[in-house]
Amino acid sequence: MGEDAKASLLVRASATPDFSGWSCPLPLVGYPTIVMGHGGGGKLGNELVEHLFLPAFRNAALENLGDAAVLNLPSGRLAMSTDSFVVQPLFFPGGSIGELAVNGTVNDLAVSGAEPKYLSASFILEEGFPLAQLAAIVEAMAAAAATAGVQIVTGDTKVVERGHGDGCYINSAGIGVLREGISVGPRHAMPGDAILVSGTIGDHGMAIMSVREGLEFESPIRSDCAALNGMIGAVLDAAGTQVHAMRDPTRGGLASTLNEIAQASGVGIAIDEARLPVRTEVQSACELLGLDPVYVANEGKAVFFVAAEAAEQVLAVLRAHPLGRDAALIGHVTSEHKGMLVARTAMGSNRVIAQQIGEQLPRIC
Amino acid sequence: MKYLTEFRNGEIAQRMAREIAAIATRPWKIMEVCGGQTHSIIKNGIDQMLPVGIEMIHGPGCPVCVTPLELIDKALAIAAQPGVIFCSFGDMLRVPGTDADLFQIKGAGGDVRVVYSPLDAVELAAKNPDKQVVFFGVGFETTAPANAMSVHVAKRRGLKNFSLLVSHVLVPPAISAILESPGNKVQAFLLAGHVCSVMGYWEYPPLAAKYGVPLVVTGFEPLDLLDGIRRAVIQLEAGRHEVENAYERIVTYDGNQPAQKLLAEVFEVTDRAWRGIGVIPKSGWRLAPAYRDFDAEERFQIQGIHTQESALCRAGDVLRGAIKPAECSAFGKECTPRHPLGATMVSSEGACAAYFNYGRFLSAEELAGAGSALSGAAHG
Repeated sequence: MGEDAKASLLVRASATPDFSGWSCPLPLVGYPTIVMGHGGGGKLGNELVEHLFLPAFRNAALENLGDAAVLNLPSGRLAMSTDSFVVQPLFFPGGSIGELAVNGTVNDLAVSGAEPKYLSASFILEEGFPLAQLAAIVEAMAAAAATAGVQIVTGDTKVVERGHGDGCYINSAGIGVLREGISVGPRHAMPGDAILVSGTIGDHGMAIMSVREGLEFESPIRSDCAALNGMIGAVLDAAGTQVHAMRDPTRGGLASTLNEIAQASGVGIAIDEARLPVRTEVQSACELLGLDPVYVANEGKAVFFVAAEAAEQVLAVLRAHPLGRDAALIGHVTSEHKGMLVARTAMGSNRVIAQQIGEQLPRIC
Repeated sequence: MKYLTEFRNGEIAQRMAREIAAIATRPWKIMEVCGGQTHSIIKNGIDQMLPVGIEMIHGPGCPVCVTPLELIDKALAIAAQPGVIFCSFGDMLRVPGTDADLFQIKGAGGDVRVVYSPLDAVELAAKNPDKQVVFFGVGFETTAPANAMSVHVAKRRGLKNFSLLVSHVLVPPAISAILESPGNKVQAFLLAGHVCSVMGYWEYPPLAAKYGVPLVVTGFEPLDLLDGIRRAVIQLEAGRHEVENAYERIVTYDGNQPAQKLLAEVFEVTDRAWRGIGVIPKSGWRLAPAYRDFDAEERFQIQGIHTQESALCRAGDVLRGAIKPAECSAFGKECTPRHPLGATMVSSEGACAAYFNYGRFLSAEELAGAGSALSGAAHG
């Protein structure tokens, strides 16, 4: 669904619902909003499944409508991951909670070296949540799943009383099949490894900040929300065992990811600030708010730790992929300053980039 | 990023640092007044670039750090009241009061909101006529015009449910207090560029003359700071003590006249307690009588505040420039950004937090090790 369609849905959601032109069939009982009965296990709940979830996510495993999805998987090692999504606003430039719920779990599997296969989707909805918005979210999830090549095979819906939720929360879990012969993990970074990032940092976090209530700031910054399994697959095809660690730097941004890997692997990480890819508009918004883009969230970027001799090849593979055009070599792993991330500043001096305590707090002046 | 990247050129910065080294014939101690400048100096490693002997002393110009504990406790008490929407800039939320911080009040059910402009708080008041909306108006002359405007607008719109918890502080009296304090070591000042963008620098020539110190209006980017330091060193070497403007692209002698007019209308000068330093006469602003109805302290009449500062915390000595953060025995041990004992460890502009966050707890050897590792990165 395009941005315009989403925007018009948002407008319509508060008025009398009009589903004309909407691809998902209407629930039979014409409630324009979620009521407690939608989570009650009765007819209303069934209608949500049959008229919204099933048409959007349609696949053989889901259509059985059993208590559990029954899946055929190859023998070997499986990866499993789960994540919950509570973003506000639910719709933002470049995506929605729906795309996040699919891509977030897909990416967690992909950076573990697995090919994502199946997802679950659980919704916790607040009484009064507009059905039109739920439909838009479900449609976004279906499109994201199709793009990522995964199936949503099981799910659940619960409704909480008004005031006990924030519109819509989603939990997704996923199963993927690990590639043969690949052993990546946050503990596997080794001194000498080159560190690459697949594109510009901070886009998602600043897209959210720019539309959040109370922040009167207009900007064209769009979330980078995307499924990374295709790009990561291309890197693993090219470099295989020379890839030691991968991670998608979501909450806490690049700085948190690099600090975590430095600590998990017991190595030091050295990066060059001048090499970090940052969009001009993201940098400007960060300057304005007193934030540092290294701490701002991403939803469509991956960091790779690869053997030094594979660095140029991986960089070329990344740049050849549509999601990796702005990829850059940003630093390397060292046996010095173990457990710490140190950046060389543009001035030529060094500074430690520490793990942050909580959220970044905008400065007074 | 036009007009900013130009002031972050590493090669020019190195050249300016070499120039300062060539000019300086003896040690000098220079204070940057503003917390934003401290942050930039540490983040960019400007102090590492300076020749041995040119020492930067970090001043008291972090508004979060100098806000008195008593006022923070009052803020917590007001924010905890039912029917109150308490608005603040983000970095006040984690400043520890005697028993809690605003995050804890929020977690316990207080309606605490981060806003980016006090005018957003005025809008909240207009939209929520059944609530009392309070804005925590702290800061130096820089943030004062927006706070003054919020009260001015609230009065014009007849909003009876908006008030300002105000603790404004002023730079010139703080400079006098530092220069008159026993054992003062500061020989020149970098004046805060943002403060001067509002106030101009007409207030400063009498200070330069009275105390015989060079005062250089300075910006915040690496080249701005190096230029300010260079000009201060040139004056010190020549035995001059003048007010000089190294931030001409932003600051004029007269400053922002409409803003100053509004400030004169809304605020009046008052004695002000600075956290860690004590009361400095005529060093702050409070609401003038015509706007006193909008004073949150008057409206809420919070009584029974008993403040207690940490016995270990030496934030006051840090704010006066008497010690560097790492010289405090609690630094990096009992006191970290996660468990701050004093405000200088909380705000990103606080000298202690800047030192901690940018690794100034490392030994010189460790940082040198990081440097050699980094030079390898260029080839790797």
